[in-house]
Amino acid sequence: MSRDDRTHEVSSESKRTEGTYKAQSERAARGAVSSPSAEPAPSADSKKGHGSRARTKMVAPPNDYLVPERDALLTPVLECRHLGIDFGGLKAVDDLNLMVGKTEIAGLIGPNGAGKTTVFNLLTKVYQPTRGTILLDGQDTAGMDTARVSREGIARTFQNIRLFDSLTVEDNVKIGLHNQVECGMWSGIFRLLRYWLSEKEFHDRALELLDVFNMADHAGDIAGSLPYGAQRRLEIVRALATGPKLLLLDEPAAGMNPVETEELMDNIVKIRDDFQIAVLLIEHDMDLVMGICEGIVVLNFGKVIAKGTPEEIQANPQVVEAYLGKQD
Amino acid sequence: MMKRFKGMDKASRDTLITYALIIVAYAIMQALLSLHAISSSMVGLLVPICAYISLSISLNLVVGISGELSLGHAGFMSVGAFTGLVAAQVLAPAIPFGPLRLLVSMVIAGIFAAVAGVLVGIPVMRLQGDYLAIVTLAFGEIIKNLLNNLYVGYDGALHFSMKDVASLGMNGGKVLINGPQGAVGITELSTFTAGFLLVLFTLFVVTNLVNSRSGRAIMAVRDNRIAAESVGIDTTKYRLMAFVVAAALAGMAGALYAMNFSSIVPKKFDFNTSILILVFVVLGGMGNIRGGIIAAALLTILPEKLRFIGDYRMLIYAIVLIAVMLFSNNEQVRMAVDSMKSRFARMRDDDVIDDAAEGGEA
Ligand SMILES: Nc1ncnc2c1ncn2[C@@H]1O[C@H](COP(=O)(O)OP(=O)(O)OP(=O)(O)O)[C@@H](O)[C@H]1O
Ligand SMILES: [Mg+2]
Repeated sequence: MSRDDRTHEVSSESKRTEGTYKAQSERAARGAVSSPSAEPAPSADSKKGHGSRARTKMVAPPNDYLVPERDALLTPVLECRHLGIDFGGLKAVDDLNLMVGKTEIAGLIGPNGAGKTTVFNLLTKVYQPTRGTILLDGQDTAGMDTARVSREGIARTFQNIRLFDSLTVEDNVKIGLHNQVECGMWSGIFRLLRYWLSEKEFHDRALELLDVFNMADHAGDIAGSLPYGAQRRLEIVRALATGPKLLLLDEPAAGMNPVETEELMDNIVKIRDDFQIAVLLIEHDMDLVMGICEGIVVLNFGKVIAKGTPEEIQANPQVVEAYLGKQD
Repeated sequence: MMKRFKGMDKASRDTLITYALIIVAYAIMQALLSLHAISSSMVGLLVPICAYISLSISLNLVVGISGELSLGHAGFMSVGAFTGLVAAQVLAPAIPFGPLRLLVSMVIAGIFAAVAGVLVGIPVMRLQGDYLAIVTLAFGEIIKNLLNNLYVGYDGALHFSMKDVASLGMNGGKVLINGPQGAVGITELSTFTAGFLLVLFTLFVVTNLVNSRSGRAIMAVRDNRIAAESVGIDTTKYRLMAFVVAAALAGMAGALYAMNFSSIVPKKFDFNTSILILVFVVLGGMGNIRGGIIAAALLTILPEKLRFIGDYRMLIYAIVLIAVMLFSNNEQVRMAVDSMKSRFARMRDDDVIDDAAEGGEA
């Protein structure tokens, strides 16, 4: 998964600021009717009087969103409008419109290199989008960085596992709890009361979370020494520890055997039910996707080619073509 | 008691062993001192050993725990050394009691070094890896050159100049820092016991920090910066925290070190000293605080015992450093060590089981 590695490694400060700047200028250029944060740029003549109104081109905002009926009246946890990013000349993601309901389990699928991981990197601000808007629980995340987005409620796992390898399983989860439990540097150094209280809370909550995957017995193990499947599960626990509203899982079943995958499916549903959060997952294992995802979005060459329920997606000729190649 | 010790997690057990080691070493040295069983050259080394141990612990926070290669630790040491000296002189009338004056001066030294740490750290934390190493190296050299041109005098008020003694414009009084000649006529306030207490304090600060929420965040950034960001950790804040805490502790050690001599020159705190401290950390095993302590003590005593090679000391250090790095990066060696470790661990587990069995029978 070396490509994915590269994906994450490139995230320089300059790229971020440049990205935001570009995003703004492009929005202005397009008139950005869809984005509430970017009003159509008032041109010089518009100040003169009413004459310019006729020049405003009106378009409909994206209206092909799908959410489960139970979430229809709630603020969607995630809404992307016209989201896009370019790498040089490559439009890695283009015009992505996506809505995830408050308690939905949604799937993002597509062939290799379709841009799925790039979408996660956009949502978590590893990259700043070139175009478009991301609304997290109704709030625009423009200008936020990765850490801020996490605090606002997006947690993720990585396609190429990224644990804190040299630390214990329990410490990994405690680090996930970083923003859930408060204890400042001085309290830590001088072991003030705050320290003892916080450490107890860290410990109890970490073990509670590990219990979701029956991993409490392995709390003392070094994370890097765990078997592959357990590392994937630990990444999910760590992500859950941040107290997210939306959990992004990048190929959670990769490298798991069928039994582990079955368990994982049950657990994802259980997490959604217990924590009442939304899950957006990327997965190549179609049994998993069709088994637990309520809404599915299919990406190919950075563009959405289909949206719908698992049944609709399976019956969609374009999707079949994207996966199997054109059959003439 | 023993049971409680075994029930502890590995980190706190390690820390306890380290404390015990230091206290026992101090007690033994005190006993030998009272028996006059130590050569005078060794007695002269006691405070420097404490200072270097403390520096090794604090640099470990940056290099081992935070994972940033800093080559300017002696720079912070020198900031602390010279502010500590000036503070001790100025405070002499106000605090006649030596140990207390030393303590206050060391605290002031730590604060100034921390400020230097923030000033250097903010730009440096934009960098990573080799770039960070180079900038910290440059900082160390810049500090040394600034101190080489710094003149400070005291005649009831402090006078500073970057030109020469004459431009201090003093009314009698005393020149405290005299450019490249450094500080002379220092009141030697440092004692072995003060050094021992500083080592304990440094160990206390670093290990407590490491085993707290902040320390976990620092190690998270070291292990995987992108994952740390993804769980909402402000990576710059925690890298800077490690850097500044280490700078403050280095400043305190610098003050202790300087007040052990009657005179001291800025050149003492050059690149070689930074590397020397780094050697302690690398030899002891990065992130292994106890190893760094032992390395600092041994490598400070060793040259004394190997006087006959004199000037070749730094050469030997370089060779040892390279050898250890090659050795510890060698896959086969590491595997051998790991398998040995796990065998020991199994033996110890067997012991525990035996103990339990015996306990059950009794
Ligand atoms: N930082 C980057 N710079 C340039 N191109 C990139 C970068 N990151 C991703 N890409 C390109 O964007 C495209 C989409 O990559 P992405 O990793 O999102 O695919 P994916 O759908 O996750 O694929 P897979 O199923 O293999 O994980 C690929 O062509 C990739 O080479
Ligand atoms: Mg991917």
